[in-house]
Amino acid sequence: MKRPAVAIVGAAETTELGIVPHLSQLQLSADAALNALADCGLVPSDVDGVATAGESPTSVAHYLGIAPTWVDGTAVGGCSFMLHVRHAAAAIQHGLCKTVLITHGQSGRSRVGAGGFGFSPSSLSGQFEAPYGVAGPPTLFTIPCLRYMLDFGLTHEQLAMVAVVQREWAARNPRAMYRDPITVADVLASRVIAWPFHLLECCLVSDGGGALVLVSAERARDFPAKPVYVLGSGESVETPLVSQMEDFTTSRAFRVSGALAFAEAGIGPRDVDHLMIYDAFAHLPIYGLEDLGFVPRGEAGRFIADGNTRPGGALPLNTNGGGLSYTHTGMYGMFALQESVRQLRGSAPAQVPGVRISVAHGVGGMFAAAGTVVLTNEAS
Amino acid sequence: MPEAKAREPRRARPVPTPETQFFWDGARAGELRLQRCRACARAYFPPRPFCPRCASRDVEVFRASGRATLYSYVIHHRPAPGFTPPYAIAVVALEEGPRLMTSLIDVAQTPEALVLDMPLEVAFERLDDEISLPVFKPALERS
Repeated sequence: MKRPAVAIVGAAETTELGIVPHLSQLQLSADAALNALADCGLVPSDVDGVATAGESPTSVAHYLGIAPTWVDGTAVGGCSFMLHVRHAAAAIQHGLCKTVLITHGQSGRSRVGAGGFGFSPSSLSGQFEAPYGVAGPPTLFTIPCLRYMLDFGLTHEQLAMVAVVQREWAARNPRAMYRDPITVADVLASRVIAWPFHLLECCLVSDGGGALVLVSAERARDFPAKPVYVLGSGESVETPLVSQMEDFTTSRAFRVSGALAFAEAGIGPRDVDHLMIYDAFAHLPIYGLEDLGFVPRGEAGRFIADGNTRPGGALPLNTNGGGLSYTHTGMYGMFALQESVRQLRGSAPAQVPGVRISVAHGVGGMFAAAGTVVLTNEAS
Repeated sequence: MPEAKAREPRRARPVPTPETQFFWDGARAGELRLQRCRACARAYFPPRPFCPRCASRDVEVFRASGRATLYSYVIHHRPAPGFTPPYAIAVVALEEGPRLMTSLIDVAQTPEALVLDMPLEVAFERLDDEISLPVFKPALERS
């Protein structure tokens, strides 16, 4: 394990989460930012680095009154914030800035002050996917899964168990949008959205946001909260067209990003105490567990169904309830990072005892991009 | 264009770019056209005037066989412009290697009828004078 150089010293979500029609997307982003800065005793004028996705960093910096010397507008979907953490760590170590604010706000449900989802009919997606009746992520993100099910024998019941187990975690989180227990039978009886996916195997849609403040590890000790150090990170992209993934049973972007993050951190999957895998749909934790090396290929469905990731299990996974039950604004990656920070600070509602290393892995687009961050609460 | 607005919502219509025009010209003529690298002999998709594997610009357009197998799919149960649910959105593996997203015709849009790896063959669905879409149907006996 290496000695970390950069730490998260401020972390917070928006004051309200879920259905927030009285705030615009930009204000959600600012609310999260002000909460995260207050968490570490700073104000916007202390910030010299700004990163965000969805909104432009220009909009966010101006709205908050920040004159940054470093900006990152990397926007590759819901994992963009994992990439921002990686880029911010490099920028701080290189001396480009000292205090980085990474913020996310999205009016995903109420669509207040939010842009449209459309893409050009002359883009590759517009020419080669859109004409076939695609209607957003439920029809695109899901399309590889049937191939996985046939090749590896993943059952509908095992897929449903992903949602069941995450609801067990959500039941322990007062801020989770859905908290009532569900069974495999409930999942399979819920409305079919895009077979083989039922409603309860698809993420919810919400409004909200979150923000992080990063500084060098040397400065981290001067802040009130227990520092959460960035031990390693990774990123990659594969294709904007899900139909062009190299292999529908594994994500190249996941594999590349995960391997980079573990190598930089100098750890392996067995060293991880707590794990967040972006779950826009129920198959994503299955792909993530395998592509990050936690479970051999083809075994993640059984691993989850056997209870390994549920409360009390050997590998606590998506302990806020995930995108399936906690919240999903559209770019959920920030919420995975927030839960990793809470678990490492010891302040999570569903606290796992003794977490020293947490991994937050995000996806962007429909298996288009990935970002992975390894975090620890130990300075060396 | 108030006249167009009054019509039933139609499926999304592709707009070709200079790099993809050959593909849509082929579809209009009832041919599935792909590109192949002369240097490494690989067929590839989507269209671009160089090989994505070896970067050679020495590439050629050829007529694909139109034979494919069903690689994966979903059956969408919600309405979308130009489609009546439930309908399948499929990805097929062409005999030449590349995969395409497509629609499946002349077959029930059910899990029972749509069996992965089933043999398929290309057909074309005319949208207008400029655009026909490659779609796939169950293959008849192979010779």
